Amino acid sequence: MEQFFLQLTNGLAVGGIYALIALGYTMVYGVLKLINFAHSDLFTLGAYLGLTLLTSMALTDRLGPFWGTVLLAFMVMLLIAIVGALLDRVAYRPLRQSPRLSAVVSALGASIFLQNTVMLVYGARFQVYPQGILPSTAIRVMGLDIPMVRLIVLCTSTLMMLALFFFIQKTKTGTAIRAAAIDQGAARLMGIDVNRVILMVFLVGPALGGVAGLLVGLYYGQINFTMGWGYGLKAFTAAILGGIGNIPGAMVGGILLGVIEAMGAAYLSIAWKDAIAFCVLILILIFRPTGLLGERVAEKV
Amino acid sequence: MALLEIAGLHVRYGNIEVLHGIDLRVGEGEIVSVLGANGAGKSTTLLSISGLVKASAGSIHLGETPIHKLPAHAIVKQGIAQVPEGRRVFGTLTVEENLSLGAFVRDEKGEVRQTLGWIYELFPILAERRRQLAGTLSGGEQQMLAIGRALMSRPRVLLLDEPSLGLAPLLVKAIFQTLKEINGKGVTMVLVEQNARAALKLAHRGYVMELGRIVLEDSSSALMENPEVQAAYLGGEKGR
Repeated sequence: MEQFFLQLTNGLAVGGIYALIALGYTMVYGVLKLINFAHSDLFTLGAYLGLTLLTSMALTDRLGPFWGTVLLAFMVMLLIAIVGALLDRVAYRPLRQSPRLSAVVSALGASIFLQNTVMLVYGARFQVYPQGILPSTAIRVMGLDIPMVRLIVLCTSTLMMLALFFFIQKTKTGTAIRAAAIDQGAARLMGIDVNRVILMVFLVGPALGGVAGLLVGLYYGQINFTMGWGYGLKAFTAAILGGIGNIPGAMVGGILLGVIEAMGAAYLSIAWKDAIAFCVLILILIFRPTGLLGERVAEKV
Repeated sequence: MALLEIAGLHVRYGNIEVLHGIDLRVGEGEIVSVLGANGAGKSTTLLSISGLVKASAGSIHLGETPIHKLPAHAIVKQGIAQVPEGRRVFGTLTVEENLSLGAFVRDEKGEVRQTLGWIYELFPILAERRRQLAGTLSGGEQQMLAIGRALMSRPRVLLLDEPSLGLAPLLVKAIFQTLKEINGKGVTMVLVEQNARAALKLAHRGYVMELGRIVLEDSSSALMENPEVQAAYLGGEKGR
């Protein structure tokens, strides 16, 4: 039983990371109907920038592990948000009126470009996050010894998702984003500047992806320029699982995928964990082709 | 002095010109209807007023302000709202969220709340269904929502594209009655309609469009007496 709960917390932590990345895919898809393939590389960039900031500014020495990490997270978010907005400006916006496939090809190009830039700057070898940034102790919660890092990852992703959910559901800008995702033309008739909505999506999505990169660095301790591929694929799967374009769907999908993977690895076979995750995806898509929370395609009158 | 004035408006989709120089004037407080067959360019005219379609030549003025070069969202801010063809309510948002989006360009919360109260007075059914998703409303209710949503911006000019489409005759009557009431509050309207009889009954003046041109302009009563209009748009029972 203890094993089960430990795996559950592990799955939730990993799932939270998947969910954060998946949100970036789903928000961009929702508004532009574009799969931003470069998103996974923004995630990688987040991990690398986090490492650079961590080692060069010694934030955690100066501010202590908690505030140091918080500040670090905000700096990574800000930087990756800027890169995300630039990405849109350079790679996607010029193609807004072009056929959708052009933007997809541009996304693939941007992905390769970003990945290789990271490799050129940081090298192709694995990089290691310094040890002892976060306390390596475990905390006893309800009779379970849970590593501190895991709790931090869990709390951070939960907080981020709550903040995003509030932003999307309750604020004027959030409602505008939802409206633009449903019908851009009608949104413009409401006086919504759709270009600003798109900019917003390319700021918020990458910021969350960047934090996810940082969390992976802190959680696993080592990063590589190709890490975006695996995580991106999982997060993309999570987005589809929950219903792409649907924000709560990405959250649910990510967490579910993380938990399924952890359980599969613990109880069936660690070598088959990806296969198990994708089998679940296929099963769910057979019964709900639009994903768990995806709209059942509504009739248009 | 016209409140809305379109002069020499040309619109092209790619290489094909669909409006060949439209002139249209709408006075303050007027209801002007635009009649015509499918493909005459009525909807395109409305879309270009709202800025969703750009003019290739000509001008559109709201009062003194030229608006044909403004982006769509800025035109709403100038005081033009549209009830688009097919209603286009945000189906997965609630009725109240739809209405609040209508007031997107307004900042004064208190006044927006007042407008919301007015909309719920005009269409009590919307108040009843305020927490419901707009996609679950009936066609008529969606049309009311689309009208209410457009009014939430407190427009000076309300553009309506086929508000009667797909609705039962009794419902059309009720909605047109409400439009008259709204006009009584000083909202100027441009009404594009296939249902020419209902449109002319409501409107003060009318234009008839054919193949991207305005072919006729007169008061509603004169248009209703016009034998050509009767034959083409009113079923011709008086003409024969």
